Amino acid sequence: MRIPSRWCVGVWCLFGPVIAAESLPPPLVQPVGVLRAVAAEGRGNAAAGPAWTQVAQAGAPAIPALLTAMDGANDYALNWLRSAIETIAQREALALKTVVAPVEKFLRDARHHPRARRLAFELIRQADAAKAKALLPEFLNDPGQELRREAVQHLADTAAAKVTAGDKAAAMTDYRQALAAAREADQVEAIAKQLGELGEKVDLQKTFGWVTRWKVIGPFDNTGGAGFEQAFAPERELDFAAEMPGQGGPIRWRDYESKSEYGLVDFNQPLTALKSVTGYAAAEFWSDSARSVEVRLGCKNGWKVWVNGTYLFGRDEYHRGVEIDQYRLTAPLRPGKNTILVKCLQNEQTEDWTKEWEFQLRVTDAQGTPIASSK
Amino acid sequence: MKVSSVAGPSSRICRPARLALALACALSLNLAADDWRQWRGPLGNGVAPEAKLPAKLDAQSIAWAIDLPGRGLSSPIIVGERVFVTATTGVKQDRLHVLCFNLGTGALRWERQFWATGRTMTHEKIGGAAPTPASDGQRVYAFYSSNDCLALDFDGNLVWFRGLGRDYPNASNSLGMSSSLVAADGVVVAQVENDSESFTAGLDALTGENRWKLDRPKKANWTSPTLLQGAAGKPLVALQSSKGLVGVDLVSGAVVWNYSEGASTVPSTTVSDGKLYVPSNGLTVLEPGTGAAPKQLWRSAQLRPGTASPLVLGSRVFTLNDGGILSCGDIADGKRLWQLRLKGPFSSTPLAAGGLLYCVSEKGVVQVVDPAKPEGEVVSELDLGQEILGTPAIAGGSLFIRSDRKLWRIGRASSL
Repeated sequence: MRIPSRWCVGVWCLFGPVIAAESLPPPLVQPVGVLRAVAAEGRGNAAAGPAWTQVAQAGAPAIPALLTAMDGANDYALNWLRSAIETIAQREALALKTVVAPVEKFLRDARHHPRARRLAFELIRQADAAKAKALLPEFLNDPGQELRREAVQHLADTAAAKVTAGDKAAAMTDYRQALAAAREADQVEAIAKQLGELGEKVDLQKTFGWVTRWKVIGPFDNTGGAGFEQAFAPERELDFAAEMPGQGGPIRWRDYESKSEYGLVDFNQPLTALKSVTGYAAAEFWSDSARSVEVRLGCKNGWKVWVNGTYLFGRDEYHRGVEIDQYRLTAPLRPGKNTILVKCLQNEQTEDWTKEWEFQLRVTDAQGTPIASSK
Repeated sequence: MKVSSVAGPSSRICRPARLALALACALSLNLAADDWRQWRGPLGNGVAPEAKLPAKLDAQSIAWAIDLPGRGLSSPIIVGERVFVTATTGVKQDRLHVLCFNLGTGALRWERQFWATGRTMTHEKIGGAAPTPASDGQRVYAFYSSNDCLALDFDGNLVWFRGLGRDYPNASNSLGMSSSLVAADGVVVAQVENDSESFTAGLDALTGENRWKLDRPKKANWTSPTLLQGAAGKPLVALQSSKGLVGVDLVSGAVVWNYSEGASTVPSTTVSDGKLYVPSNGLTVLEPGTGAAPKQLWRSAQLRPGTASPLVLGSRVFTLNDGGILSCGDIADGKRLWQLRLKGPFSSTPLAAGGLLYCVSEKGVVQVVDPAKPEGEVVSELDLGQEILGTPAIAGGSLFIRSDRKLWRIGRASSL
């Protein structure tokens, strides 16, 4: 490894992987380190402004190394680096063609940051649109969602053209492949609809991979929204056999299985349509190994989520909207049995659009691939 | 700010011009005569003091129209020869764009893109680029529903980036955020008010760091801050919420006065002649002084605004409801003088120039109203044929209007 200077190595070791220091031009090592050091609440911004100017003055040949410098960067730093690369690419639009080969090499290496690889793809498209179009099908199962999404859409468009051409069988093959690769809800729904029109019903509940078997309990109180902060019995101990005091008297856990295509756990069903109340739902989730997962939640009520007793996140917003994968929470699973606990709160509003007291939840990998309980 | 007596029609242009200059000096806005640096322009009230726009609009009035890469209902802002527009793209509206166009030709000077770091979910009608950017004459500051906020110099060089939705992870609204920025005296004010982690921040214009951060009512709020001059010339920003309106020291973030009788969370307060026209209990007019609460001058239920914010022109105040009824009131006592039905519905706020009102409906119909007529009168219309939700801008003798797909410059060739 070529070491530009002792000081620069120090900076880089603090802020990033050594892989990038090999290829960054020496004058860029320090300012890139400064950009990678930006943090929450604007920390590092004062130094980052001048550093950005230095980086953005680099020539097009520096672009592959700058893309590499995005590996491991936080979301703030990614934007600083992205805009510097973009500025270089716009200023040196003609020279961009000369770095297409190394940028393509970078793009093909899926170990790099998904966003850096997406930017690499866009740079190639800027320099050579035909090459980018030809590359697109390669990303059908890419770990980067932006690349994958475009490849899925490309395949779905191909399928649609085959439908138009009367080749239904080939179209269905393409649609099935696109569906298997799709990770975003709108694409899943659109492709499932196309397959439906061709006579093949898609099991959306299975495709999305919702957690459908729960135990639920309620109602506890949520008058004036106070239930959000109040730790009712299920937050202190999960004892599914216990009877505990609820809002209107003693209550017990009961089994609940969602039959909804969208995995909705609707507290209004077992508990009736109540207001100013709190409910809990708990599910066992079995894992073959210790791993990190995403717990993806959609909920228009107030909510909190715990995994194995560890609080992940909560939100006291009511009836502003819901969508699939609205909230993405990272959680560690341990081998064997894990427990997911969801607190779902209903407020006092009485308008028609405030009757929902429900949530949907699935466990996925970072790309959104559903993970099923192993038991 | 000096309070002038109520003026007649002949002084409608010259008095706002004087006020613009006074406010600019007081707030260090570094104001150029023809700039439109924030939502509702130099005075933050929708009045272009010196602009003369064509009264009669037709297809020939369109100087240029260019395609935009993404959605948005933010207003364009104009600094010198540059027109800045924000937009978002992607199915999740998570790619944030800042575009800089040439005022004269509409040619793209540069574009920058960023990845949203906060939540991007919004109601379909709002989208990610709802807040209007602002400039203090030194930089352009862009803000998005994801609560990402950034500063660029006029050549597109990044000065700072903040992910306020990442810094404060419960600061978001699942319907979308739309509060526009104001920037003056080295401070950029970002109103991040929602049902959960609700605050307003005064960001350092040079670094984006928090100069101050004020806890705000936990209630979704789509209104925008309004700059005004406080006692002894102190620059203030008025923050509206469901609770009412507070006057906040722009530099320190200290609350100076408080009006606590509730206010709308959609249309924003308009400042004119030192008085605040607040969408509160209909329309309430306040006059801040040195006390802890502003003096209430009058209140009118008949002048209740819809989504559009009030507009004050000379001795008249105008409000527009969502359906398209334009109401004209007397600023002296709030008495409603007349109503005029326009072609609605409306989301954007009307602007005023040359004694005329320019109102753009959601269906894309620009309607020019002469308010000096006894009952008001629509003197011309131009149908742009696209949904338009954002408030236009005025500069260079032209109106700048954007949709999700286009940016138009509307003004006769002679005014270019």
